[in-house]
Order: sequence, then structure tokens, then C-alpha cells
Amino acid sequence: MEPLIEVRGLRYRYEDGTQALDGIDFDLFPGETVALLGPNGSGKTTFVHHLNGLLTGEGLVKVCGLTVEPCNFAQVRRKTGLVFQDSDEQLFMPTVLEDVAFGPLNVGGDADSVREAALKALAEVGMENALKKAPYHLSAGEKKRVALAGVLAMRPDILILDEPTTFLDPPARRDLIHLLRGLPQAKILITHDVSLASALADRAVFLRKGKVVAMGTVVEIAREYDWEAQPGPRD
Amino acid sequence: MHHAVVESWTQRRSWLHARDARAKDAVLLAFLIAVATTARMSPRAAAGYGLCVAAAILASGLPPVSLLLRACVVLPFSAVFALFAVLAGDPNRAVSLVLKSYLSAAAVLVVVATTPLPALLRSMESFGVPRFFALVVQFLYRYLFVVSEQAQHMRAAAASRGGRGFTFRSAASALAVLFARSHARAEGIHRAMLARGFFGRTVALAQPRAALADGLFLAAGLAAMAALRLWNH
Repeated sequence: MEPLIEVRGLRYRYEDGTQALDGIDFDLFPGETVALLGPNGSGKTTFVHHLNGLLTGEGLVKVCGLTVEPCNFAQVRRKTGLVFQDSDEQLFMPTVLEDVAFGPLNVGGDADSVREAALKALAEVGMENALKKAPYHLSAGEKKRVALAGVLAMRPDILILDEPTTFLDPPARRDLIHLLRGLPQAKILITHDVSLASALADRAVFLRKGKVVAMGTVVEIAREYDWEAQPGPRD
Repeated sequence: MHHAVVESWTQRRSWLHARDARAKDAVLLAFLIAVATTARMSPRAAAGYGLCVAAAILASGLPPVSLLLRACVVLPFSAVFALFAVLAGDPNRAVSLVLKSYLSAAAVLVVVATTPLPALLRSMESFGVPRFFALVVQFLYRYLFVVSEQAQHMRAAAASRGGRGFTFRSAASALAVLFARSHARAEGIHRAMLARGFFGRTVALAQPRAALADGLFLAAGLAAMAALRLWNH
């Protein structure tokens, strides 16, 4: 089976000299969900920013058969939907509807079809009643849903979610997991939350200092790297 | 976070809130031109224009005292010019200046407080304001809330660690941190825009349609402004 994402020998160094990625190899296959685990600063976000051309390093990055390079950025960005950790960075249009329509309009949709796609995406995330609201009037959970709708409206083949449960209360977190489970796209999930990763991911990849140091099931990786947040019972 | 009061006013419902932003802007423009071109603001003229503002406030259902107090924000600026007029021996001109600026500010505030920003910006564009300018205003306004939230968090963090008030030095360093955070936020926003296919130009979804009531409001508003202006000739 052809991978949707194929990464070989990806290296990236920040301007200050920090080696953020150091020879990453990675594949994502249709329909699967992969959790990216690893300590803060291990290169998880830097890595996914290479998957839609926000950053470009050395090595091969292919998305849906397209090499990620400036001449392909528009197509690649249509295929990879990136949901940012901080929804406030992602929601910049004055109303929810306009924000969700932002992506499809950029890729050349006409107003009627874009409106339809935006309404459908908002209905998918259960935010169809917030069309005219300003994004800054929403709760954290609602913002996350609208940010996801903004990406879904572009009908991407791949969803990349960077710490999707940050700032969410338990009910909102539970709803989001339920929502993500129902989406057919292949997904990459960046998270520190092992229970979230267990609930959604088929396998996990552990990054450390810009390298993939382990692959396996979420349970195996969590056990191997002592990656559970639970401190155990009180004495 | 504490949202701006005027922003919350735009979310209310009233007869004036329901009117098309373009009609409101056109009537406002006519009002501002009429006020600005009235040579001397006689008591009769001031009463006429004041009545218009009062009618608009009534139709908007907004709290009149709070709104009129907020319109006073313009007074320190107009008072400076009024002072020059007084020093030049023309107190009538000074009073006229203050009245004109206050009435104009109150009228602008009524329109801004009854029109959500997106509608206001679309209306500006339909009057020929460049889309780039409207976009800049939109982003500036949108992220005023984000920056304000950052500032509130910083203030709360300082207070929770025993910070008392602001000295010049602490305010300066807080401002520097706020600027750095805002810059990081701006970079994040730019990345998020690129990730959703932004190519340097924002495309509008659709233009709103005006109803018959908007047309009638526009016609009545423009006629009233013309009549007032001629009455105060």
C-alpha cells in the first residue's frame, strides 16, 4: 500500500543553530492514526510543519505522492489539514462562518459551494448554531471545534492535530475524542496525553532530540519510556 | 477575559442594529458632513443635530448615559482647539468646535455600537475603501482582544506574586514582554493562515443584501440630514 505521507532523512536546523530534526524517517498509511510522542522540544511540531511546507528542511517529504516544495504548496496544503495547538492562532476571521470558509475560498472555491462546505463542516463538529458568532466569544472547546471545522471544510486527506486537548475540560475532551474517532481521514496526533493517544492511535512514534527513537503501539511506547502521567497511589 | 463594552453592545438586537451597515454608514456620513459644514453651531442647530443623535440612541436601545459618557473621549482633543479659539477672542467658535466634535463622536459611536465589525468593514469596502485597509483594521481589532488577554494574564500573574501597581520600570519591562509575546503570536497566526492556503489576499464569502426597510431608512436619513443642513444655512 502506498503511504499518504513518506518522509526520508528529514533534517532541519533552526537559525540559532539548534538541530531540531536529525534524520527522520516516517510513513503514514491511509486510514491510520499515528500518535507522535516525545518530550518538549523533541521536534514534534517542527516535524509536522514540514508536512505542509510551513518549514522546509533537507531530505524527502512526500504527501499523497507530491513532493513538498514551493511549487506544490497549494496542493499539499489542500491535502493536509493542520489543527494548531492554540486555537486563537487559527481563528482570525471576524465570524465563525467566515473563518471556516477561509481555507476553501483560498483554494478557489466559489462562494456558494464554499458556504455549503463550511456549513457541512460546522455541522460535523456540532457548531452549526455559531455561524455569526465572533471566534473570541467562544469557549476553548468551541474554538477547538471551529478550528477543526476550518480544516475539515477543505476536505483534506490527512488531519494533523497538535495537542488537540490543550485547554479542554473533561467533557469537551471526551466530545473531541468521539468526534475525531468518527472522521475517516488518516491522522497524526501530537500529544503528551497517553490516554488520548490510546483512545485514537493505531500506533505511536517516539521522538527525542529530533530523532525517531521508537515505534510501536501506544501502550508499548508508554511503558518503554515511562510516559504515563499517573504518579501512582498516595501512600 | 473582559470584552470591550462597545463590542458587547453590537451583539444586542434593536431596530437600528437590524439595519444594513451600508445604509447606516451613508446616513452617518451625511450627518458628519452636515455637522462639519454648519458654519456656527447655534442652539437651534445643536438641538436639531442632538435630536437626531437622541433618536438614534433611542432606536438602538443602548444605555444613553453610558454611551454619551463614552463619547466624551473626544472632548480633551477638541478642548485644545477650543482653547486656541478662546485665546483668539472667538468664544462662539470654541463652543461650536466642542459641540461639533461631541455630536460627531456620539453619532459615530452609535453606528459602531450597533454594527458588528465584519458588517462595518464590508460596508467600508462597498464605499471604496481598499480591501487591504479593511483587512488591516480587521486583524488589528481581532488581535486587540488577544493582546489585551495577554496583558490581563500578565497583570494577574504579577498581582498573584505580590506585584503592587506599576512603576515606570515595571511597566516598561511588562510592555517589552507583551510585545515579544504578541510578535510570537503574530508569527503563529501567519503560519496558521499559510497552512490554510493563504496566498496574500483574503477572499470575501458574500455581500449582504439590503431589505426594503434599509432603503427607507437610508432615504429618510439622507432627507433628514439635508433638511437639517438647509434649516441651519
